[in-house]
Amino acid sequence: MDLAAVIFVETAYAIASLILISMGLAVVFGMMRVINLAHGEFMMMGGYTTIMAVNAGINIYIAILIVAPLVVGIIGLVVERLVIRHLYGRLVDTMLATWGLSLFFVGIVTMIFGNTTTGISTPISGFQIGDYQINGYNFFIIVLVIVLLIATYALLKGTRLGLIARGTMQRSDIAAALGYDPERVYMLTFMTGSALSGLAGAVLAPLVGLVPTSGGAYIAKSFITVVAGGPSIITGLVSSAASFGFINQVFTFGISPVVGEIALLVGAVILLRLMPQGITGRFFKGKL
Amino acid sequence: MQSQMIKTMVGPAVAAILLMFLLPTILETYTLTLLVVYGMLGLSLGLIWGFGGILCFGQAAFFGLGAYAYAIAAINIGESTLPAFIGILVPMVVAFLLGAMMFYGRLADVYMGVITLVFTLILFRFMNSTAGPEYVIGKARLGGFNGIPGYQTLNVPGFPDEYIYGDALYYLAFSLLIIVYLFLRWFLKTSFGRTAIAIRENEERVELMGYDVRIRKTLLFSLGGGIAGLAGVLYASWAEIVTPGLFSLGQSAEIIIWCIVGGLGVLVGPIFGGMLIGLMKFLLGQQSVIDNTLILGLVLVLFVLFLPKGVVPTLIKWLPKGRKNSRKRRRKSQGRNRRSEA
Repeated sequence: MDLAAVIFVETAYAIASLILISMGLAVVFGMMRVINLAHGEFMMMGGYTTIMAVNAGINIYIAILIVAPLVVGIIGLVVERLVIRHLYGRLVDTMLATWGLSLFFVGIVTMIFGNTTTGISTPISGFQIGDYQINGYNFFIIVLVIVLLIATYALLKGTRLGLIARGTMQRSDIAAALGYDPERVYMLTFMTGSALSGLAGAVLAPLVGLVPTSGGAYIAKSFITVVAGGPSIITGLVSSAASFGFINQVFTFGISPVVGEIALLVGAVILLRLMPQGITGRFFKGKL
Repeated sequence: MQSQMIKTMVGPAVAAILLMFLLPTILETYTLTLLVVYGMLGLSLGLIWGFGGILCFGQAAFFGLGAYAYAIAAINIGESTLPAFIGILVPMVVAFLLGAMMFYGRLADVYMGVITLVFTLILFRFMNSTAGPEYVIGKARLGGFNGIPGYQTLNVPGFPDEYIYGDALYYLAFSLLIIVYLFLRWFLKTSFGRTAIAIRENEERVELMGYDVRIRKTLLFSLGGGIAGLAGVLYASWAEIVTPGLFSLGQSAEIIIWCIVGGLGVLVGPIFGGMLIGLMKFLLGQQSVIDNTLILGLVLVLFVLFLPKGVVPTLIKWLPKGRKNSRKRRRKSQGRNRRSEA
């Protein structure tokens, strides 16, 4: 019974963290058809910002929830203005340019902080379920992801801003004719996506030892999750994260964490072979 | 036709051979060998990307597979001739299977990118986790993170004690590069090669004309894998150790950077790109003021923004002889953009 509870929590956590690390990428890809391969480095910078802020004496929750997304959002804004905006509509070129950016950021952070591991401790202590110890911080992540998903849905579906954003993504020319500047919408969307990446990195910062190359560990997983999810942002993200998180945990508990990782990757290949347009390219069409 | 063909080959061949003998006067052959290997690896991606329109994010996988297959076979067999062929054959077969899976499933752009990337990651993770003594192929322990050292490096066929190393390995690698280059020049003139280019330009139209696009793309992909494998074999013989780092994302990224910098659609482009970036990394590695990765990243971003065609095609355009072809080239680059919009 205790084991079942633990496995349930761990699976929920695996799914939540997949959603968390993919969210920034999903917003940018789903709305703008831009794959930001520097996403992992945005997360890494979010993590570094948090650690710096905490060391400077700022409350850890403020550092995670406000400072890091803000800083990375601004970095995203600069990147969009300098690089991305020249490449809209050229999917492959944006991938290459952002890959270059990711190397660039790794280089810069290495030069500033050096190639050493930094970290902070988690603000929530663990607790017991029967014979097992569970990390309390995992619950914080699960709750945060649920809140984020609801907030994104509400923002896109319920507000005027969301309406304009969705309209621009579907037909930028019509949106422009109605008086909304697509450039501005793209800019803000990319900034939001970057801020979400920064937030994800900040949330995970207490759990991992951060090195400048940490981003590489996330980018592949989030890339897979987003692309396998398909065109719909939220439905796609949740459905693919749920399938991959589940596969991962089954094999992690059944065999070993390494096999879990490999099973996730093999699952992604099979899934894409069966559904080349992603999950929401076949099911839940037209959902948000 | 045949004699014309040979005539167009003679010029580049002579130039390449001259270059092969001139380069050692500038740099040590030890460094040059690695640059040649990079050139070969760049060429393998340049073939499938520049002429087949297949952007593979995991070319490093075939490079690593070639190196690993060679190392494992060399430990088990000893004499290096057969292992060298195994090192080419294994990545070729794997590329064929992977390609068949993708192209018969009609996967394109991002989705193909994901699959090739994931495939590389799987190999990387797997190889990293094979440290235990239970992971053995024949006599060869896979060694996990530490890789496989101490295998037989290349030797003169039939004489296991006559090792090819130092200068000899450089000349061997460069000669192989020239042979592969000339072979590809010929290959792209054959009807198969021309159809491959046509597929890059407009896949649908080629299909409507009755060609089986899927098998053609698969075969081209497999050929690219084989060449990457050959580069892997040479690398394994040069480095005398193979590690999972060969499969890393960084390695794949670098190959793509070589192609972008050197330029696609010209066989020399990626070779030049690979050698140039390799040399740059070598020179940058001797100082510690600026981080190596930073420069590489900056180069990639700047090239995508300002010189997306790469160095070699731009140079060709400025030479008076290439002027008359420039219209053709422009159309080509439009085709590339169109595809990426789809």
